[in-house]
Amino acid sequence: MTDLQESAGAGVDGPAESAAIEMIGVHKWYGAFHVLRNINLTVRRGERIVICGPSGSGKSTLIRCVNRLEEHQRGQILVDGIELTQDLRRIDTVRRDVGMVFQQFNLFPHLTILENCTLAPIWVRKMPKREAEEQAMRLLTRVKIPEQAGKYPGQLSGGQQQRVAIARALCMNPKIMLFDEPTSALDPEMVKEVLDTMTGLAQDGMTMIVVTHEMGFARQVADRVVFMDYGEIVEINAPKEFFEHPQHERTKLFLSQILH
Amino acid sequence: MIDAPAHVPLAYLRAAPEPALPAPIFSRGALAWMRENLFSSWISGALTLILLALCLWLIPPLVAWATIDAVWSAPDGALCRAHQDGACWAFIAKKMDYFRYGSYPQSERWRVDLTEIVGAILIVWLLWPRARRRDIGAGLFFVGFPILAFVLLRGAPPLGLPVVDTVLWGGIFVSLLTALVGIVFSLPLGVLLALGRRSSLPVVRLASVIYIEFVRGVPFITVLFMANFMLPLFLPEDWTPDRLLRPLIGTVLFAAAYMAEEVRGGLQSINKGQFEGAMALGLNFSRMMGLVILPQALTLVIPGIVNNFIGLFKDTTLVSVVGLLDFLATIENAAKDTAWIGPTIAPTGYAFAALFYFVFCFAMSRYQAFMERRLAAGRRR
Repeated sequence: MTDLQESAGAGVDGPAESAAIEMIGVHKWYGAFHVLRNINLTVRRGERIVICGPSGSGKSTLIRCVNRLEEHQRGQILVDGIELTQDLRRIDTVRRDVGMVFQQFNLFPHLTILENCTLAPIWVRKMPKREAEEQAMRLLTRVKIPEQAGKYPGQLSGGQQQRVAIARALCMNPKIMLFDEPTSALDPEMVKEVLDTMTGLAQDGMTMIVVTHEMGFARQVADRVVFMDYGEIVEINAPKEFFEHPQHERTKLFLSQILH
Repeated sequence: MIDAPAHVPLAYLRAAPEPALPAPIFSRGALAWMRENLFSSWISGALTLILLALCLWLIPPLVAWATIDAVWSAPDGALCRAHQDGACWAFIAKKMDYFRYGSYPQSERWRVDLTEIVGAILIVWLLWPRARRRDIGAGLFFVGFPILAFVLLRGAPPLGLPVVDTVLWGGIFVSLLTALVGIVFSLPLGVLLALGRRSSLPVVRLASVIYIEFVRGVPFITVLFMANFMLPLFLPEDWTPDRLLRPLIGTVLFAAAYMAEEVRGGLQSINKGQFEGAMALGLNFSRMMGLVILPQALTLVIPGIVNNFIGLFKDTTLVSVVGLLDFLATIENAAKDTAWIGPTIAPTGYAFAALFYFVFCFAMSRYQAFMERRLAAGRRR
């Protein structure tokens, strides 16, 4: 808990001109397919951004560019003031400070829950094993599954696995958390436990970008909602305005399709 | 429109829970097992009876040949020539030292024994999952043991161990040495080749592909001949490797190509999400591979890896074509001894060789099954 508050505090005190994430004129192509088109987005420290849009609109690609799981071909991406280039050391630096939660959890099935959570702190942060384990247990308690620490991911439910994935990312004390459709692969009865965990994280001041179809979560937690379609940002607005008075025709169409 | 008879009620409400009942008697026990597995249809019943008859026809004579009709002790081949319907175990017993050490000098054979004992202890330490401090065991096995084996087997005059030229080496310990060196070095080399074949660097990828495809496309005997006769041509004269080392290198290079394809199969079956999960945590390439990807990939291909090990172990018999006196070669040599010559000598020798290879290969196979069960119990996907 304290780790999170510290990192959030650092964001508040930090220089105002250094945003958490800056994307300036970002383009990306998959072969000939133009998947991201002139993306301009600045995420302030401590800000919660929800990205929504139809499937194939480039939402996931956009956040995967932030920790360089995908490479952009034109424009600039600055994460915590560090520009993402081919430089592998910079990429590793950025990845260390940017946690990511995936749709398919991507836990390591050959390691226990505790080992999943201590692997990166021990090998990347060079944290002593005991300290890493204590921290992991603290964060597993935070996501309400400390009793599963000795089990393997395959023995847990989807909701539990996703909460472990969140704890695993938090164990690196990230400054920014990226969520790539974290509830899309879950059975309906498990969505809430994951969203509650994310809401708790947001309340502690974590900088978050969340790609999700959970409009209730967007309304409740987001500072701004970004709507994407055909690889471009169509509309950005505060959630209340976004849902009640969508401006663009495509936003209106999208909202009419998902909110019945 | 529902086409149901009028008497089917639309609504239903359970009043009491359905009790769990024991399984019917016919689905359990030895009789049920036999009915299900041996006599489930008249064809399988007939096959069961035919195979049973075949076993009764083949096994008793074989057992008699190996036991009651066999000659267990004799000073030379005369007794064996007289009992031609049984094995000549006396021959094996008399030649056992030759089978084990080849022409290694008699006074120095304790060095081979010691190496074998230390090696066996370290292997058990390394492979027994519940053993303590396996990291120390691994260190001793991979670093200490090779040095010890080299000093003991080859000799070190300053330590009072006379040098034994590899020309004199032979028998079981040479076979074991070849197999062990092949197994220990082919896996890491195979992993590197597999990673190379998946590399995004075109030169590395091309080199790996050429190596793997070339070696796989050439018979093992050719590789051995090449290692034996061509390796010295490429190296300066003083560097010419020992006559024992050359086939060892050939064995490792050959086995590594097969191992590489096995490992690559494992790497390919690892979900892309595992790579992304590891990368997103900031693990660099070598840590991602070493901590996340390879442990899973190698576990998946344990059957194939052990399969390769078993094949490699038996293929070591081919090193005799370049002049190494391996276990099988000692048997063939011993069978030519005029004192023992006779019709039962060669069959007995080969039966003994078969038994030897079977014991080792079966042990590897059992260990594989044990590890698979253990790993499966651990993670239960």
